[in-house]
Formats: sequence, C-alpha cells, structure tokens
Amino acid sequence: MLPAAPDSATVVVESVSKAFRLPHERVHTLKERALHPFNRNRYEDLVALEDVTFTVEKGEFFGIVGRNGSGKSTLLKCVAGIYATDAGRIFLRGRMATFIELGVGFNPDLTARDNVIINAVMLGLTPDEARRRYDAVIDYSELREFEDLKLKNYSSGMYVRLAFATMIQVDADILVIDEVLAVGDASFQAKCHETLREIRSRGRTILFVTHDMASVENECDRAMLIERGQMVEIGDPDRVARSYDQLNFARGVEANREDKDRHGDGCATIVDAWFADENGERTSMIERNGGCSMHVVVELHQRVEDPVVGLAVGGQHVRWLFNTSSLEAAERSGIYEAGDRVELSVRFRVPFAPGRYDMSPWVGYSTGDRQLMDRREAFVPVTVVGDRYDAGLVQIEHEATFGRLGSSIAEVAE
Amino acid sequence: MSAHGAAASREHALVEMTGPSATAGSWPRFYHITRALAVMDFKVRFYDSALGYLWTLMKPLLSFGVLYVVFSVIVRIGEGERFYASSLISGIVLFFFFGDATNKGVTCVLDNETLVRKIHFPRMVIPLSVVLTNGFFLLLNFIAVFVFFWIDGVEGVRLTWLELPILLVLLFLFTVGVTMILSVLYVVARDLKPIWEVVSQALFYLTPVLFPISLVAEQDERIAHVVMCNPLAAIIQQARHALIDPEQPSAAAAIGGAPWLLIPFGILFGTFFFGLWLFNRMAPRIAEEL
Repeated sequence: MLPAAPDSATVVVESVSKAFRLPHERVHTLKERALHPFNRNRYEDLVALEDVTFTVEKGEFFGIVGRNGSGKSTLLKCVAGIYATDAGRIFLRGRMATFIELGVGFNPDLTARDNVIINAVMLGLTPDEARRRYDAVIDYSELREFEDLKLKNYSSGMYVRLAFATMIQVDADILVIDEVLAVGDASFQAKCHETLREIRSRGRTILFVTHDMASVENECDRAMLIERGQMVEIGDPDRVARSYDQLNFARGVEANREDKDRHGDGCATIVDAWFADENGERTSMIERNGGCSMHVVVELHQRVEDPVVGLAVGGQHVRWLFNTSSLEAAERSGIYEAGDRVELSVRFRVPFAPGRYDMSPWVGYSTGDRQLMDRREAFVPVTVVGDRYDAGLVQIEHEATFGRLGSSIAEVAE
Repeated sequence: MSAHGAAASREHALVEMTGPSATAGSWPRFYHITRALAVMDFKVRFYDSALGYLWTLMKPLLSFGVLYVVFSVIVRIGEGERFYASSLISGIVLFFFFGDATNKGVTCVLDNETLVRKIHFPRMVIPLSVVLTNGFFLLLNFIAVFVFFWIDGVEGVRLTWLELPILLVLLFLFTVGVTMILSVLYVVARDLKPIWEVVSQALFYLTPVLFPISLVAEQDERIAHVVMCNPLAAIIQQARHALIDPEQPSAAAAIGGAPWLLIPFGILFGTFFFGLWLFNRMAPRIAEEL
C-alpha cells in the first residue's frame, strides 16, 4: 500500500527503526564457534534509529545533521537500500544515485575508465548509456590525463573527484550523499556545491549528511537533526544548525578517552585538561573573539629534569591550528620528583571561526629528541560559537585602510 | 546534455525501497550488472598479463601433463584404458571449472565490499558473475579438449555430443549453488576459505577424474555406486560416455541403474535451491556483517 503522500513527495520515510546486534566479541570463524559454542548469545542491541518519519519534496536540498553515532549515516544507508530496516517503510520516486563513505565503490585494480563505466551501470544506467556519459564524467573530474591509470595510484582527492563526477553524471532523480565535501581541495568543493545547486534547480532531490553547519545554512532548503536515533528537529536549516550547536554544548561533546590514541612511555600522565572562560570557569563552548584559557595538569611518576608540557589545538579542517608549550614560559622548567603535579595555563583571545575544535595535550622530555611521556589525541573537545559561519578559518588581528589614491585620468592629462 | 531536458519532465511513481536483497530490481538491470561485474572480474585478472587467457589454459594443461605422466607411466592406472588422455583432460577441465569458481567464489562477496557498502543492487549478481567468468574460461578450455580428442583419435562428431550443453548447464547450476552458499557463509565464517580449499581438493580425488570409474567397480560395485552419487562424478562420467567413448559406462550404468541417478540429481538441485534460499535469506544483512 502506498502512503498518503502528495505527488511532490520524492522520499517518504515512515516510522523507520533499526537496531544493530552487537556481539561482545565478534565471531568470524567456524573455529571460534566450535571452541566457544556458548559465547554466541552475548550481544547488545544498539538502537540506531527509532521511529523516524519525514518526507522530502521533489527538488529539495535536504540536510541531515547529527553528532557522531547519532544514526544519521544509518538513516542514509537505509534510504539508500544498503541496510535493511527493522520496522517502517521507505518510498522513493525515481532513480537514486548514492555516494556513501566517500565513494561509489571503485575497484583499485582497474582504470578510471573501467571503474566509471561499471559504477554507472551499478547505479542504474545501461552499458551503452554509461559509455556515452564517460567523457562527461572524466571531463568534470578534470582527470583526463589520468584516465588510464589504475585507481590504486590515485590520490584520495582524485578518487573522490572521480566518484563524485560519476554519481552526478548518472542523472539520477535522487542523490543520496554522505559527507561528500570533507575531502578534495577548495576549488573542487566549490565546484561540487555549484553542481549540486544546479542539479537541484533541475528538479532533482538531494539528501545529504554533513557536519558542516555553514553548508547547511547556505545550501539546504530544509534540514533535520538526529540525536540518538530520534528526530529532534526538522525544518528551517538555520534553526536546525543552531539546535545542533546547542546540543553539542548542552551535552558536552564526548571527549576522546580512548587509550589507543595515547602515546608516550608513561613516566608521566596527563591528569586533566580543560578550557575555561574569562572567569576561569570550565566550559566546552567558547566565544569567538572572547577571552579564554587552556589548562593541562600533569602528574609525574618519576624524577624528571626539565619536563615540557604542551598542547595543540586542531580543527575539523586543519589538524594543527595552534601549538604551544611550557617552553614559551621557561626554557628550563626545573627538576620534579615522582608524584609532583604541574600545570600549564595558556591564556588567549579566541581567533577561530565557529566550529568544533579539540585540544591534544602532551608532556615530554626537553632533552634529545623530545621523547613523549604521555600524549592524548583530541583529548578535550570544544565548540567555538559566533555569529558568522562564513568567516575565515582564523580571525587575524588586522588593520584595514581604504581611500582614494587619485585619478588616472587626471594623471594622463597633466 | 540534451537528455536533461527530456529527463526534467519525466514522472515516476512512488516505489517502496525494500532494502538490500538477493534479486532486487528489474531483470535488465540484473543482467547488466552481472555482465559488468563479470567483465570487471575478467579485467582485474588479466590486466597485467599480456598472455592473459593463455594462463588459464596453461593451468589445466600443466595439471594434465603432470597427472598423465604420473598415472599412465608411473602408477599405470590409465594403461590399457582407451582414450585415457581424453578422459583425463575432459575430467580436469570440467572439475577445474567447479574448483576454480567455488574457490574464487568463497571470498567474492567480501572482495566486492566497496560495492556492497555503497550501492543498492541485487546481491546475487556477485557470486553469479564469478561463476560466469569461469564458465567463459570453461568454454574456451573445451577447445583444447577437442584438440585432445582429435589427437587421441576419438571418433568424430556424434549425436550424443548434444548432451554436452545439458551437462554444462547442470554443472553450472551446481557450481552457482555451492558458490552462493560459500560466499554468504564466508561473511560470518572467515575460515571457510582454507576449509573449502581442502574440501575441494578431497572432492577432486573422490571424483573419477584421474581414475576410470570402472577401476573402482572392479574392486567393489557398491563403492562405485557411492562415488557416483556425487553430482560432479555423474556429470563427468556422462560427458565421457557421450563425448569420448560409448563403451565407457554412462552415469546411469555406473551408479547401478537409471533410478539411482535421482540421488546426484537430488543433491544437485537441492544444493542449488538451498543456496538460493540461504543467499536470499542472508543477503539483506550482508552489509552489516562486513
């Protein structure tokens, strides 16, 4: 039975739910099954989507936003027909092209030409149509000179360009795109945006998942916010983008506490690190152009001469935006005994554009090759808020002057 | 770009997305994708080798050379057997098709992980395309088989040669069935690959490829009957009877009467339909298990 949807509805999602069965230990061999026959029942159900309902109209640019693990990519994969839903139904009008996990499914052992044709067929063209469109794809991707190269020799940027070009050239009615613009150079990103706008103006529907609130505000007709598998908000993209930021602030972004991102010999540990506002209160949200401080507390486990404590701030687009260390305060920090605690404080005015950032604190020796005692990757997340999403990556203190130089006509006349 | 003008006005009905499955979508699309994947498989295998196809021919020929020397000069199973060389090469080519396709097929779903994770398409085309590629080699290798017939002095074309296409279709169905089962189970049981290598090796020696079935029958009729329950044995034996020498026992004769043929037939179709059912049942969850 078809849903009671208007003729303009292109994607109809009706109370879709999806759970993943996560075994505590993933059993992937018969040997393990034979050796531990009773382990098979230990699993957890992870609810990825719960009763999600929405409709996307023909010609809409629809954004899906949410934090990591919120279920937005799962939703996209259900719509794309990659995952089976547990409950609910999904309806589509017209042919769909998917661009998921930065690609359309290329084979690294084949040339660009073979890959484009095979993938165009997979996405719904006939082999003849695929061959006819090949030139358009390769021209769009600007990879003509590399067309006979195997894809394993491509850089990741070239790979994404080719995949994106293939997807848009199959002339689908619905484009389902997961995080397309996270890679590729700036000029290609701009080209992608422009192409997507042009495709939408032809009446095609675009569903896309992103973390980039600037593109939600600038590109989307409507957007939807997902949190813990549930739809929290749908509608005006500006409002959804704001809710997304608030959500990050309210819950606090989950810190990266995983030990696998930890490096060092363990002679000292980073006990704590945090951002503080102008009043010295801990915070996970700082304001652009506002005052702020960063703090790192380290405990030493053995006698160390001149330890160096440092931190690096990274962003979504740039791994290292800003680096500093205790060497800025003192070349030689002194001698510390096991059990001593030291603190590094850095005070600064926030120059970063609104977005998400993180701090990676470290502690190392000052001697020799600066070997690390401890380093926590992306340990403290922070959100920078501000009124302008289209600001540059950093706001540099600057002075601008403007005025008339004189007239070129007057000079000639003289 | 002229297609866009026409496309902009096209109308589509709202269609339910039923999620990933073994056979989703239209049959033309199923056909196009199967062919595209088979061509891809073919290209990946031969892209770098100038001699390409020759190597797939070399494998059965070299095996033939070794086995022929061992079993007709050293062990002397084939001594006195009429057309032993022809029997051996036809058995090798038929069995190698099954062995190569299934061993390649075990990992085929995982080999195409990037496609499975990113595109909605009928999952069944993956094992099917692997078997098709090998089927293509099988047909080419049969050219070599006929050359052997000619050298060996096998009597010219006979009406019974018409049985060959039927036998090949049966062999194809059985191979597809086994490949479907293996490829989908491999997703959850990754040690199936080495296991299957051993099993298919054992199967090679249990199938009358090297030895004439009459040799087994001389020792014990009943063992010969059991050996013939294997669909591969029945197909290979019947192929020899029909193609090489009418004096070789037909599959029916070797198993002890036509009604007994129901057993290999049953196993063959049982495997095929079980494979179909299993693949169909597991296809929707493949992407999650990868």
